[in-house]
Amino acid sequence: MTDRSKITTVNSSVPTDWKSDAMQARIGRRYRRERIFRSLGLAAVVISVLFLVFLLGNIVKNGAYGFMQTSVSLDVTFNADLLGDPSVLSAEEFTEKVRKTNMLRLIQASMRDLFPDVKGRRDTRALLRLVSTGARAQLRDMILANPSLVGNTERVELLTSDDIDQVIKGNIDITLAEANRKVKDKELSWLKTLQDDDRISLDFHSQFLTGGDSREPELAGVWGAIVGSALTLMVTLVTAFPIGLFAAVYLEEFAPKNRFTDIIEININNLAAVPSIVFGLLGLAVFLSVMGMPRSAPIVGGLTLALLTLPTVIIASRASIAAVPPSIRDAARGLGASPMQVVFHHVIPLAMPGIMTGTIIGMARALGESAPLLMIGMVAFIVDIPGSINDAATVLPVQIYLWADSPERAFVEKTSAAIMVLLFFLIAMNGVAIWLRQKFEQKW
Amino acid sequence: MRRFSIRKIFAIAALVGISGTGVSAQDQIRVVGSSTVFPFATAAAEEFGNTTDFKTPIIESTGTGGGLKLFCAGLGSTHPDIANASRRVKQSELDLCRKNGVDEVVEIKIGFDGIVLAASKNAAPMQFSLRDLYLALAAQIPAPGTEGGAGNMIANPHKTWNQVNSNLPDLEIQVLGPPPTSGTRDAFNELAIEGGCKTFAGMKALKKSDGNAYKAYCRGIREDGVFVEAGENDNLIVQKIQANEQAVGIFGFSFLEQNEDVIQAYPISKDNKAAQAPTFDAISDGGYPISRSLFVYGKKAHVGIVPGLQEFMAEMVSENAAGDLGYLTDRGLIPLPEGERTQYQNAVEQLINMTLD
Repeated sequence: MTDRSKITTVNSSVPTDWKSDAMQARIGRRYRRERIFRSLGLAAVVISVLFLVFLLGNIVKNGAYGFMQTSVSLDVTFNADLLGDPSVLSAEEFTEKVRKTNMLRLIQASMRDLFPDVKGRRDTRALLRLVSTGARAQLRDMILANPSLVGNTERVELLTSDDIDQVIKGNIDITLAEANRKVKDKELSWLKTLQDDDRISLDFHSQFLTGGDSREPELAGVWGAIVGSALTLMVTLVTAFPIGLFAAVYLEEFAPKNRFTDIIEININNLAAVPSIVFGLLGLAVFLSVMGMPRSAPIVGGLTLALLTLPTVIIASRASIAAVPPSIRDAARGLGASPMQVVFHHVIPLAMPGIMTGTIIGMARALGESAPLLMIGMVAFIVDIPGSINDAATVLPVQIYLWADSPERAFVEKTSAAIMVLLFFLIAMNGVAIWLRQKFEQKW
Repeated sequence: MRRFSIRKIFAIAALVGISGTGVSAQDQIRVVGSSTVFPFATAAAEEFGNTTDFKTPIIESTGTGGGLKLFCAGLGSTHPDIANASRRVKQSELDLCRKNGVDEVVEIKIGFDGIVLAASKNAAPMQFSLRDLYLALAAQIPAPGTEGGAGNMIANPHKTWNQVNSNLPDLEIQVLGPPPTSGTRDAFNELAIEGGCKTFAGMKALKKSDGNAYKAYCRGIREDGVFVEAGENDNLIVQKIQANEQAVGIFGFSFLEQNEDVIQAYPISKDNKAAQAPTFDAISDGGYPISRSLFVYGKKAHVGIVPGLQEFMAEMVSENAAGDLGYLTDRGLIPLPEGERTQYQNAVEQLINMTLD
């Protein structure tokens, strides 16, 4: 009762005493609640931003060096006795001879000039292992591209092995006792000699972006995976987009509203939440076992991912078709358009921005999937760059998974660098989605 | 204009559909199987692609069991040519092969792999016998004072290492290992846990009377949180034991070799012999008790049809690859004794059909 009488006094003609203690306390409480609410919201934003910064920071910190690689300059003598003389031999004979030649002998010769004291099989082998195993192919390709090198001595930049590269990048602690580290004192002293001679350099490594996979971290590249992802997504797009669009148009514009279409609608919504590995099993059963398509091929991967993206495309397309105002349809109908003309001339063009946004977001999800591809054999070690949708290929997320599982320490930075490449593509795709929405958006 | 873009999309779709129908003939070797053999098989494949005119083989990491199932599913270009295995093929798998027309299989052993128990460099040094490992990690153990057997089993009560063996320190038991789908886990259960189990007379007797119960008792790992399944990724286990000094990790030898600077391996003893650390030599001569052989199986019927198949198998047992100073040895493969390797080289050359003895 007392409370009510108080309230009536406040509401009566007596002006509110804003200065009174009760009123001040009340106002204070209101402001406090406001402040707490705002600071909670801000804290939520700060926490999510911190997580993101930590995640990205960690990836960038680990991955920045993944784009760089150490090389060593050696004076290589292209010995004509070993390689054959291009002026005497025919082009084919010369190519054949060069292919058969063990290029390690060229490297060994130039190393011997630098380190005349190193003798014995084991030491020589350790010395040669400063240089990457890829140096052989590098030299071979150089000679085949330019036969006039034979007989001359050139200073050539060759990649170092991953262990040496890790020392230069500071990822191997050389202050530890010798028994506890992979790179031994002897190798470090050779490295020191090479460094003093100014032969070691750490440069941008374009092969990471243009090469295929390799078991040697210094030779491994993401191009094979990028091409594989592109081919797979192309198949996904040309399958999921038309099918999804027609399903959405039919369900939204033509299908009768009854129990049957309700069940279909519920099922489509449920499919969007099915774990992706299930689609992989479906792909294995249908495309590989029944239809006999090739294993590991982007065509199968693309079709499997299309199953995964279809629900997203249908749901997004239906939503944006439903958002087209009925007045547009009525006007078209009133001017004598057939139902099909209404849909194709008016509804779909107006709904296109939303449909495309949904499709691109579905594609971005497909780009990040690896689980369904496990079942159809795309989780594989594939060196060659795929040339068509029937060639064996792998995709970016799978490449990341495979590198993360490799024992060599140098793959840690390659993994993070590949994640950066994947994130770049994801951001680009989402950026395109936003741009499309902004550009074609209709306001009624 | 918008209508045109839709038309264009259909045109592209039709084009892709046409190009997709021509399935190319197989000209590349396809390999499936064990994730343990994967790093070695891929290294051999890359070398093979670089040094010969054949295409680089495609290697899938499917696990031993999954790989052999694919391998035995039939002949022809839709089935793989080679299966890698971190254990020997089972009779049941060979029967499946026979049933599907894969009558002749060439078996090669490429080397050994050690399974190591390791912890952070900062952790207390310990050494275990196989019996210690069994008492620490099995789901059920013989009741104290008994020698085991069907009526004498209790749920594993041990929480600290010194409860298992008074010579061990008073530290909580925390072991991170691979999940049951992994070949490493199979081998660990069989070699370490069962190896320790067999040291109890009652369990040995049980093996004769009730083989299934014996297997359940001697290979079952406890599930009360002491043994944590840390996933197939061995790098993850290495990182976790670096972060947690109490934890002991179980993984393949090649991961120890790559991380010697941050982790230490615990020596293991068997049958009252001196404890042996997992070193290259100890695994090679069998002195280290938890090591297993790595196998590669090839389809004889595909030789001559798939280009380079026999040559690739020969590469995997060549001196240059699997020899004492070979490039696979650089990656942590423990090589076979010279005589045994030449025997398998011979098997590839003659395409000898394997038999399980």
